Formats: sequence, C-alpha cells, structure tokens
Amino acid sequence: MKAIETFETPSAARVNYINAQYGLKSWLLTKDHKRIALLYLGSISFFFFIGGLYAMFIRLELLTPQGDLLSSTTYNKVFTQHGIIMIFFFLIPSIPATLGNFLVPLMIGAKDLAFPRINLLSWYIYLLGGLITIYALLAGGVDTGWTFYAPYSTTFSNSYVIAAGLGVFVSGFSSILTGLNFIVTIHTMRAPGMTWFRLPLFIWAHYATSLVMILGTPVVAITILLLTFERLTHVGIFDPANGGDPVLFQHLFWFYSHPAVYIMVLPSMGVVSELIANFSRKNIFGYTFVAFSSLAIAVFGFLVWGHHLFVAGQSVYAGLVFSFLSFAVAIPSAIKVFNWTATLYKGSISYDTPMLYALGFIGLFTIGGMTGLFLAALAIDVHVSDTYFIVAHFHYIMVGGALFGYLGGLHYWWPKISGRMYPEGWGRFSALVIFVGFNLTFLPQFVAGYLGMPRRYHAYPPEFQVFNVLSSAGASILGVGLLIPLIYLVWSMRYGKHAEANPWHLPGLEWRTASPPPTENFVTTPIVTWEAYEFAPPEETRVVGRMREEHGIGD
Amino acid sequence: MAEGLAVEHEHSHPALQHHFDNMEQQREAGTLGMWVFLVTEIMFFGAMFFAYTLYRTTYPAAFASASNHLDLTLGAVNTVVLILSSLTMALAVYSAQTGKRRNLIICLLLTIVLGLTFLGIKAVEYRDKYVDNLIPGQLIPGHPFNPQVQEHGTPYDKHKLHLLPGATVKNVEMFYWIYFAMTGMHAVHMIIGVGLMLVLLYLAWKGRFGPEYHSPIEISGLYWHFVDIIWIFLFPLLYLLGRHLEHGG
Repeated sequence: MKAIETFETPSAARVNYINAQYGLKSWLLTKDHKRIALLYLGSISFFFFIGGLYAMFIRLELLTPQGDLLSSTTYNKVFTQHGIIMIFFFLIPSIPATLGNFLVPLMIGAKDLAFPRINLLSWYIYLLGGLITIYALLAGGVDTGWTFYAPYSTTFSNSYVIAAGLGVFVSGFSSILTGLNFIVTIHTMRAPGMTWFRLPLFIWAHYATSLVMILGTPVVAITILLLTFERLTHVGIFDPANGGDPVLFQHLFWFYSHPAVYIMVLPSMGVVSELIANFSRKNIFGYTFVAFSSLAIAVFGFLVWGHHLFVAGQSVYAGLVFSFLSFAVAIPSAIKVFNWTATLYKGSISYDTPMLYALGFIGLFTIGGMTGLFLAALAIDVHVSDTYFIVAHFHYIMVGGALFGYLGGLHYWWPKISGRMYPEGWGRFSALVIFVGFNLTFLPQFVAGYLGMPRRYHAYPPEFQVFNVLSSAGASILGVGLLIPLIYLVWSMRYGKHAEANPWHLPGLEWRTASPPPTENFVTTPIVTWEAYEFAPPEETRVVGRMREEHGIGD
Repeated sequence: MAEGLAVEHEHSHPALQHHFDNMEQQREAGTLGMWVFLVTEIMFFGAMFFAYTLYRTTYPAAFASASNHLDLTLGAVNTVVLILSSLTMALAVYSAQTGKRRNLIICLLLTIVLGLTFLGIKAVEYRDKYVDNLIPGQLIPGHPFNPQVQEHGTPYDKHKLHLLPGATVKNVEMFYWIYFAMTGMHAVHMIIGVGLMLVLLYLAWKGRFGPEYHSPIEISGLYWHFVDIIWIFLFPLLYLLGRHLEHGG
C-alpha cells in the first residue's frame, strides 16, 4: 500500500540534514531546528541518566526500614537532586525541545522555526543552567527538596542552594525562548492551506504548552532569583524572622510549578493524539474538542496552584475555591481520554511499539488523574499530604504520562529523525517491560502512602517494608526496561534498516518529505489540501492523487 | 499569514532570512515575537509587583515612611526624562518609516542620551541611599542596613529616616529590598535597551533602514516603550503612595 504521495522521491545518496555538513563546528553552530533537536536529545538523555542514578540510590536505601545505605543528610540530597534534575533538566524540555523542535516546522510545512538563532541560544542557555547545577551537585549538593521551600532554603540549609537555584533560574530562560519560538512559528509560518483546524493535534498541544511556558516560567525565575538574593544578603521577603512570608514563596513557586506539570504532560497528550489516530488509521474522534481541551488545560492549569497549600495555612475559603478548580481541570483531561478511546472504536488498530506506549499512557494517565481528584478533595488531601500517595500520584503523571508519551513519540518519529527503523520486536518487548516495571514500582506506593508512610525519610517503620521491596524490585525492572531502548536506538542509527519517507503510510506533512529530511525540510513549499488525519480508503486516495497530478498540485 | 505565498523570493531583500517566504512574513514574526517576549516580561515583573502589594498592605506605615524618604524630585525628573525618550523613540520609528536617515540618527542619539540621563540620575539616587546606610542586608558586604532615625521634635534632617507610628526599621528594610529589586531590574532593562539603541544607531549610520525595511526599529521601540511603562508604574507605587502622611504623623 503506497497511497499517500510524498513531495520528493528519496534516493540512497541523497543529501539530508545529517550528512549535509560534517564536523563538530557544524553541529555546535547549527541553526537547523532538526540538528538543535538532536543536541537537546543528547543532553536531556545525559541528565535523565543522572536523575535515574539518584532514583536508584533512593530505591536501594528504601529496601530496608533502617537508614543503612545513606545518612539522612545524604538521602535528603539524593531525593532533592533526583527531583531537580528530572523535572527541570529532563521532563520540562523533554518533548518540546526534542520532538517539538524537530517536528513543529515539519508538521506545518515551514523551513525552520521563526527564530533559528534564538533556538540555538536556548540550547546553550539550557547547557549553562545544567552546568551550574552539576557544579552544585559536585560541590556538595543541595538538600531542600526540589521545591526550595523557604525559610529552610533561605536561612537554615547548609547546602549549595544558591548554585542550584541559579541553575534552575538560567535553564528557565531556555524554556521561555522555546515557547516564544513555537508560538510565533505556529502563528506566522504555516504553509499555504495549513489552516488552524488542519493542524495536527501535536501542534495544538505544543501551542498550549508554549503558553504555559511563557506565562509561568518568568514567575518562578524571579522567585528563585529573590530567594537566591535573600540567602546571599540575609534580608528577606520570604523568611518570617525578617517579617517575610514563607507562604508567599509557596504561592509564587506553585504558580509556575503546578502549570509546569502541564508543560510536561500536554506535549505528551499531543503525541498520544497522533499515535492513537494514526495507529487506528482513523480520524481522531472530536478533533476540535481535543484541540481546545489542550488550551483549556493550559488556562485551568494556572488557576489551581493553591491545592499545594491546603496544609500550609491558606484560608479555608481559598482552599474551597482551589479545590473546586482542581476538580474542574479534570474535565478537559477526561475529554481527551474519552476522545482517544472513542477513536479506537472500529479503528484498524496495529500494536506497534509507539501504539503500546500510547495505550499505556491512557491507562496510567487515567490512574494518575483519578488519584489527583483524591488530592483535590480537601479532607482526603489532609490525610495523604506528604505521604507516598502523593509520590505515586505524580509519578503516574510524570513517568506514566510524560515519559510514556516521550518514548512513544521517539519510536514513532525515529525513522524520520534518524532515517533508520528501530527493531520492532525489541521495541515491543521493552515497552512491556517498562509498563510492568513502572506499575510494580509505583502501585505499592499508593498503598504505603494511604497507610501513612511519609515521603522524604530515609528510614521507615518495618510494616511498610513489603511495599518498599515491591517498589524497589519494580524500579530495577523499570531501569532495565529503559536501558533496552537506549541500546537498540543507538544501534539502529548504524545498523537499522533504512526507513522510507513514509514507513507508517500516514497523511501528516512530516511523512511527505524524505527520511531524514533535507536541511530545508521541503524542496518546494508544500500546499496543504487535506484535513488532519485524513484516512481515505486506498482506492479513493489514488483517484484523488491522480486528479492532483493532472492539476499539477503537490509534485 | 503565509497563505497564497508559494512563489518564493520574488524580489528578495538583502535582509530577508532564508527561512521566511517574504519580508512581510519576517516582519510579522519579529513583531509577534517581541510582543510575546513582553508578555513574559510582564509576568517577570508581575511577581515583584505582587510581593510589593502584599507587603504594602501588611506594613503600610513602614512602607509609607520608607517611601517618603525617597527623593521625589529626582524620581519626578526621571519620569519626565523617560517620557521624553519615548517621544524621541516614536519619532525614530516615524523617521525610519518615511526614510529620513538623518532624522532617524538624531532621534536614536537623543533616545540614547535620555536613557543614559535616566541611568545617571538613578545612580545618584542609589549613592544617596548608600550614604544614608539604606542598602538592605549584606547586599554590599561590610555596609549593612543601618539608617539613622529622626528623633521626635528634633530639627528635620533629610539624611535621617522619619518613622511614622507603627513603622519599624526592619520593615523599612523590606521596602528598600523591594525598591532595589524592582528599580534594579528596571535599570538592567534600561542598560539592555541602550545597548540595542547603539546597535540600531550603527545600522542606521550604515543606511540599512528605509521605508521597505525598518522592523528592527519598530520592534526595539516596542521594548523601549515597555521599559518606560514599567517605570510609569514603579514611580507612583514607590515614590508617591503615602506621601500625604509625611507631616501627618
């Protein structure tokens, strides 16, 4: 079946973005969004590995109830650094900076992002922030928790809060610049015929994500900067000893850091929308609802931060309002889940690796989202605050949601990115291993947390040991599962089967140029004459294709 | 939008970057990019305005006392200077659009001079605060916050802090912390703005701008006006609010 036309016939000796230029300089000074995406891919993988190492130490320590492997001080540093690295240096840039960077111009038919130099600058800013943070880790670490709560962080902590804070502050600007670039690109660079409602849902999701990035990140930037100066100069607006208000810090911090969850999960939802529609070979059910639910999540996401302060001395009435709004944000998320499942209905489903991740995402995100509703309820939240219930909940969203979407998307677009196919058998196998390992790690934590096991301690009462042993066993399975794709994806770059332009036979614009694409993406500016996810029966597409040839369109 | 612009580089301008179809698309992208950037700036300053509002309502007497100690004359002169610089900036944009190179250079020069005047006056104000030991905390090592407080009934001394009833020195320090954070961040933006103007001045000197290509001037103008507007909010909030209490206490 070869129903969908491409704008270019691939040939073996073709020049593409990877072999167009050689040498380190051609990569470090590149303005090509596809190369920058690969630079990001390398760097976030590095940080993911470091964050994973810290996770390994956490799970090893918690294997036994006594604090035997790590001292409490070291343990505090280990979970803090796990959080900072994973959130600010892996999850937040993960999909937008790699897949988004690579695909936004390709999907809308543009030659590049609107500001290629700013795009490269954002990677250097990210690296600078990363280096400052690594300095903080090597110099002695930071132990405040990734939330940097005042006044512990401003006054009492004896660790490298200033360096870690500056690292987060600097890397925030890379996120702002990426968001800015996406918004302008999506507004001004769409190919002729690519109307807003023909955009792939991946683009809608990235548009919503970019809104959160540009509106939220500056707030956390100035907050962390004030905190750093407060620590440096001993005068405070957060430390109550100086007349400051630590709850102000929590408000400002969560004003960004709650929406930041949507920076992590919205792009993942965009990927899953693509995967579900394309691997069911069916138009997505309720395109406009899925598109606008992304924007709704971005908007509502900004109004719910107060649910992190239910036990922090916030007024009861504020608590009521934030509780209600937190329930409300579940509605657009549920709309997405229902539309995905409705898309599957009577679809022609194929269980390739990306689809396995997408189906995994739907299940795990639903569990993560539903337990989020427990936490939005004021009374239950008081019971489970600062327990492993919370830890399990947000890992279901961030790993089960964001990471599954990222891995699914990486496999799905791997032929386009690298020009090679990944080994499908290994792909499916590792997806299953990751799914099993993930659930074994975090399901027991819901139970342990509900029974009252607090988070952030290196020792715990012996009755919780069974859950922790299960969890650590699951984490080792998860770790192995994550190593398999690392190995075979690197392997496939050299030894994988060459990918054709459109290996999945899909209608999206990114599949209508060669794999890997040429530096300018499309030889001629494409003219879009089809709707998103337009799967016509093969005979019909051939007729339409012939008509297009007769009219000289799309050659 | 790019609809119907499949024909590329009809008569491409030397300033057209390769990934844009035409100058119109490039100008639109640049302008929208600056507006989006200004939105992030609003959120950036917004967090500080929020902290200011919170503590102004929590410690009204201390904030009014500290605010009264700021130099109203210098602040007011600086406000006029900035508004004038916005005028010369707007005239620079007009000159670029109408292709008057000489006027453009004069207007950019005037904008730079006014911007530097503002920064100079700000530096004088900062120096006065330094002399009165009003730099909060250990911001300058070895020079802690330690203002002299005016005793009741003693002759007026402009170097001494006049505390209204209910105000404490600790909370006055909080005001100065916010004052330096906000005006300092504003001054950093002014310095960046003057740098931008210098680049534009060089390009205008080279004759790069004209009726068909002037978007860098327009876009930098947006930034300049935005930084002015931040000051328009800072001036009344920091200098004026609570002035009427000066002799009431």
